[in-house]
Amino acid sequence: MKRIASFGRFWWEFVVGDDWRAAAGIVVAIGITAAIGSWWFLPPAVALVLALSLRREATKSSAQGH
Amino acid sequence: MRDGFLFASAFIASAVEMVEALTIVLASGLARGWRSSLAGLGAATVALAAIVGALGPALTLVPLSALRLVVGALLLAFGLQWLRKAILRASGYKPLHDEDAIFARELEGARAAAQEQRAGLDWYGFTLSFKGVLLEGLEVAFIVITFGSTQRNVGLAAAAAGAALVLVASVGLLVRAPLARVPENTMKFAVGVMLTTFGIFWATEGAGAHWPGDDASLPGVLAFVILLSFASVTLLRRRKPAFA
Repeated sequence: MKRIASFGRFWWEFVVGDDWRAAAGIVVAIGITAAIGSWWFLPPAVALVLALSLRREATKSSAQGH
Repeated sequence: MRDGFLFASAFIASAVEMVEALTIVLASGLARGWRSSLAGLGAATVALAAIVGALGPALTLVPLSALRLVVGALLLAFGLQWLRKAILRASGYKPLHDEDAIFARELEGARAAAQEQRAGLDWYGFTLSFKGVLLEGLEVAFIVITFGSTQRNVGLAAAAAGAALVLVASVGLLVRAPLARVPENTMKFAVGVMLTTFGIFWATEGAGAHWPGDDASLPGVLAFVILLSFASVTLLRRRKPAFA
């Protein structure tokens, strides 16, 4: 059981990393792209996901005094 | 055009991961003996080749649109991790990757560990080298398999990884020191940009949308991601006045 949990944790960290919100944002953005069937939606959606993720990390880093 | 991007992306991503693996193999070899370290390197290389050899052909059986959707989503999630870290490093919010410091830490840890012989090998040296190469190599295997299978050209992606292996191993053999002069942070930035570009491109196609001009729009997506990355670095630097 412990090995399965650590195997799952490894893959979670490998693909999702330390910001699950960014990964969830990507999944939602791809879902909307599939729903509207247009190419122009995903690039700005990725920009927004990245900007929010960077803001979270920068705020956390500043609060820790880095 | 896609083949050129495929080769360049797989080559740079592989080279940067191999530089990190080389640091661990060197620390293991110098502290615990080259036989165990090289045995660990060999075993991990065989394991990685088996993963690519088994999964690469298997993925060619999956319908291309479904494969591009899943791979695009995975690459976007994975690529944004690289890009976020690279942007935070470039703007001073995260320390730069330092191979010399990592080498010193690995070397100290390897020298302090107890001796244990198994199958005629120093077990610590073997496992240190094996785990280091396998973990760093898994990212390379992931990129080779996803890039290669989505373009139905695993062979070209594997060739790019092989070329990077030969280059890094040759330079490593010559200098016998961590490759601290390799512009690793810049290379990681480039890999993050490329993974994100391919992720956007394939996820859109996999979701059933079509790019105007098909392949010809790939440089446009690349330019968008580069601009986005540099704008992010500039904005973050402004937000952090202490950054020199």
